[in-house]
Amino acid sequence: MTAIVDYGVGNLFSLGCSFAAIGESVRVTSDPAEISSADRIVLPGVGAFGDAAEKLRISGLGELIRGLAGEGKPLLGICLGMQLLFDESLEYGRHEGLGLIPGRVRPIADVIPEGLKIPHMGWNPLVFPHGKRPLLRFINEGDCVYFVHSFFADTEADHVIATAEYGAPLTAAVAKGSVYGCQFHPEKSGDVGLKILKAFCAVG
Amino acid sequence: MITKRIIPCLDVRNGRVVKGVNFLGLRDVDSPVALAKYYSECGADELVFYDITASADGRAIFTDILRETAANVFIPLTVGGGINTVADFDRVLKCGADKVSVNSGAIRNPSLVGEAAKLYGDQCVVLSVDVKRVGGEFRIFGRGGRDDTGMEAISWIRRCVDSGAGEVVVNSMDTDGVKKGFDLEMLAAVCAAVNVPVIASGGAGCIGDFITLFKELPGVDAGLAASIFHFGEVKIADLKREMAEAGIPARITSGMTGSEE
Repeated sequence: MTAIVDYGVGNLFSLGCSFAAIGESVRVTSDPAEISSADRIVLPGVGAFGDAAEKLRISGLGELIRGLAGEGKPLLGICLGMQLLFDESLEYGRHEGLGLIPGRVRPIADVIPEGLKIPHMGWNPLVFPHGKRPLLRFINEGDCVYFVHSFFADTEADHVIATAEYGAPLTAAVAKGSVYGCQFHPEKSGDVGLKILKAFCAVG
Repeated sequence: MITKRIIPCLDVRNGRVVKGVNFLGLRDVDSPVALAKYYSECGADELVFYDITASADGRAIFTDILRETAANVFIPLTVGGGINTVADFDRVLKCGADKVSVNSGAIRNPSLVGEAAKLYGDQCVVLSVDVKRVGGEFRIFGRGGRDDTGMEAISWIRRCVDSGAGEVVVNSMDTDGVKKGFDLEMLAAVCAAVNVPVIASGGAGCIGDFITLFKELPGVDAGLAASIFHFGEVKIADLKREMAEAGIPARITSGMTGSEE
């Protein structure tokens, strides 16, 4: 069973349906026992980093997830959920993340040429800097996924398993041990997105 | 490089697609869910559901349909029609919409765009405008193009983007239905005025019209159309292929190879 962590940010309906579509049993839950007993965890998120990090802290779910990921339970962060995996974010101030992957979340505007629209929104093809890592095993370099974001994760090249070109190579997917993240929305990326979720379910 | 989006628009009334679709293997299909699946499989990058339901009952049916579509189709869904309050935003977002398009609702209550953007984020709020040339200026029309609001279009669009609209759908009433191509002059004026995605609507009659649009106006992010897709005059798979051949970044999916015939 896959647990989608419900900590009060955003609508998780489509995400739940996308796991159902690949035949994976899924629970949208905020119950620590249910999350602990799941085979794998998905950390979703939309909105502002500071607000989401605060909700994870107050609910205790952040600490729980950090512990479970530390024990090797597969974890997938999606969009803001991926950004929360990092040490910190510079979105409207400075906010602490879960620190599961080293790096910080910065404005896209810092690294792309002026004149490009922000947010980076739409379908963009993926580039695989290290070839087909496990999360990417069912898709191909050049496959398009759907992005909507104004901040990106700045991390060590080793952890970046996919990028998307938008005036600069933006971090699109990350992996460190059994911790994974997608900046794009797999649940809105058609068949390619479903294949990524399938690959996540197959890693652990 | 981000790809140019192709967006079919479905008008839904009482849970069915108005006029239905009559082409290819699909005969008189008017189920929004079946059509959404079909378009998603043949390469549409996003879908717009337009609620033209009059009654509250119809509205409830619409949200059911939306929910069922969102459960089965995994590309972005935008909903428009009858969006007048943040409660309307809330209602359709809870059913699985990713973005909400406002038109007359914003004209009646200009603070709606800002309120919704604050609650749900700019990326969620799509400003849709019906624009027509009147006395040498671009003019905003309300109530489905029936009322001349007297407002100059570019300043209205800029004002809404400043308050938080994350995307603009520009429907030219001058070219709509004529099928002689998009309104390049009007779209160029909008692209010059704002730095959010601009979606062109109104006037497409053939694949060449989309090629011209994206070639002439690199600032346009997407092309939206309804009947030419519904009646098979333009097949999305063919359109995407020709876009790619013309050097326009397009998302080509595996489902597009040969599945449309």
